[in-house]
Amino acid sequence: MSARDQIIGPGSEIDGFRLGEMIHAGSMASIYRLIGPRGLLPLIMKIPRLGPGERAVNVIGFEVCRMVLGALAQSPHHPTLIAYGDVETTPYLVMEFVEGTRLSEWADRAPLPADEIVRVGTALAIALHDLHKQDVVHLDLKPTNVLYREDGDVVLIDFGLAHHSHYPDLLAEELRFPVGNWVYMAPEQALGVRSDLRSDIYALGGILYELATGQLPFGKPRSIAELRKRLYLDPVPPRAIVSETPGWLQEIILRCLEVDARDRYSSAEQVAIELASPSGVALTERASRQHRARWWALLHRRVRARRFEPAPCLPTASQPRVARITVVALAPGEFDEPMHEALRSATRQVITSDPACRVACVTVVAPAVSLSGEGEENSATGRHIRRLVELRRWAKSLGLPEERLTYHVLESDKPAQALVDYVKMNDIDQILIGAAVGGTGARRFAGVCAHVVMEVPCSVTVVRPRGQD
Amino acid sequence: MKLALFADVHSNLEAISACLVHARALGAQRYAFLGDLVGYGADPVAVLDLIAQYAVNGAVVVLGNHDAAAIGRNAGILNPNAHAAISWTRAQLGDKQRAFLSGLPLTVLDDDRLFVHASALAPEQWTYVTGPKQADESLRAANASYVFCGHVHEPKLYYVGAGGQPMPFRPIPGTPIPVPRHRRWLAIVGSTGQPRDGNNQASYVLFDPARERITFFRVPYDHGTAAQKIRAAGLPERLAMRLERGA
Repeated sequence: MSARDQIIGPGSEIDGFRLGEMIHAGSMASIYRLIGPRGLLPLIMKIPRLGPGERAVNVIGFEVCRMVLGALAQSPHHPTLIAYGDVETTPYLVMEFVEGTRLSEWADRAPLPADEIVRVGTALAIALHDLHKQDVVHLDLKPTNVLYREDGDVVLIDFGLAHHSHYPDLLAEELRFPVGNWVYMAPEQALGVRSDLRSDIYALGGILYELATGQLPFGKPRSIAELRKRLYLDPVPPRAIVSETPGWLQEIILRCLEVDARDRYSSAEQVAIELASPSGVALTERASRQHRARWWALLHRRVRARRFEPAPCLPTASQPRVARITVVALAPGEFDEPMHEALRSATRQVITSDPACRVACVTVVAPAVSLSGEGEENSATGRHIRRLVELRRWAKSLGLPEERLTYHVLESDKPAQALVDYVKMNDIDQILIGAAVGGTGARRFAGVCAHVVMEVPCSVTVVRPRGQD
Repeated sequence: MKLALFADVHSNLEAISACLVHARALGAQRYAFLGDLVGYGADPVAVLDLIAQYAVNGAVVVLGNHDAAAIGRNAGILNPNAHAAISWTRAQLGDKQRAFLSGLPLTVLDDDRLFVHASALAPEQWTYVTGPKQADESLRAANASYVFCGHVHEPKLYYVGAGGQPMPFRPIPGTPIPVPRHRRWLAIVGSTGQPRDGNNQASYVLFDPARERITFFRVPYDHGTAAQKIRAAGLPERLAMRLERGA
């Protein structure tokens, strides 16, 4: 305890703020609730541990926290900064008190069922994407830094190690000893890279791994040598620990945990989308992996790891956006080839004008009403798969690589609203939709188009086949 | 009181006028001109008279190597185009402008701020601060929280983080950067009159000491007219093209 901590305690007053109970005493800072004349305020004060014997990174962490939180737009995904004290005399941050449950409570109960991981993981990925859009990388993502509000929204806390690309990185020199939680730290971060948002995606993968298996992908490293094992060692596949882990979930987790950042998802938004629609996950060898790489492969990788060069960082959001997403909405069960070709042609134009864009192929089907009495052909799953096959067939001739295409069959009896919700949740840039002409599917889809045009917060292109009015 | 800083104006009346209007609109109340007021451009007299007026009203003005050359003092080695422009400039200046330049100091120290054209370590040697080593030398020699300089035409902010070595940061135009005074900062404000980083907009910096914030700006200006004047004066064509290209 520093001298300051002994003087400051519940009841103390700092710059007019009165301290209540201490709710956290960490290695870098103490956190107090604040009290007003009528009791507890929805505010906390975070006081860094400074003074002799404390680490220099504490004060820098305080400055970084103040800089990053001060720059972020108000959002439900991080606490609002209310006030701060002078770093030289009375350093403190007054922030919104977030009422919520820490993700560590779920982690303690792991392994969790897939649907719970989806719910918890999607909310986390959405919050992370919100942060990344503002050019901030968190770099200290761990279950204790993730809070869930009652409505399910995630609040990310503790920005003391974050990186904001608009500001000088005060921590850039603390490379001798990688700062952050080693358990979830990305390989490039262990080597000192502090500006790649995909480092957070790696940590997200580590958290999902823990939720799915109850274990940590690389244990708790105690030395830099142990930390660096992740440069060549792959984690035990989740299915080898919990055999019920679905292949798609293993695919998502292991893709997040790829050593080379280029092999991971390029945005947290993509992770959110895939978690929310497992049927759209393109399965690779990762999904069915049963064991770690064999020793000869490890030996080869270990040799290569000595020359490991972190991938070039992704450009930040204020630079041209990483990947724009275009949704193509297809009417279900539609075999109207002229319309399909018109949509393909419009999609090709988008792809040509923006070579980095991604395309999400979406259709909406009515939810299953009956739970029994149906043959395999007509069961909900059967129809779902048929629609997916249709979407894939439609997209095949676009010639886009796998990672730039996703497929989503939404289940709803309100197709227009389902599309609008999808666009809103996934931060879509534009939507291509066929005009309601011809074909039975299109007739059922009628009205959808108009509703979508009115409701979605992005550009809508209504596509008509040639020669039709 | 917000402080507007300009460096390497280089006789570019259009650029400095546009930046001054911009800074005033954002509430600048104090001004600093970090050397190389003349050279390259076609308006040395008008620019010097304008800046001399600001100096009378309390602006900080320091001497640059082109200014030194224009009054026959040690300026180090100038490239042929710079040399041609300085010979031409000398012929334009009257006694009033020469006297103004002759009276300029190499550095000004004001509270925790040091103003200099090149490096604070031996300013008259006109050392370019092109990396952490030179930034470190300049900061150590300055013994101030903030060193403001020019000479290098590309805007950059050096900061001293955890390790004690200055680190370069490329500022994003228009984004205020917190610069708490318990750290040390060296700001190369970029060239107002002859940008060379591929962006032909004029550079300048606004420093807010009360809020401990610095903002690097890029201001569009009538570079066509400035280039036209250079051609009309018979100065090297390359100097006109540079303004159009910003490189």
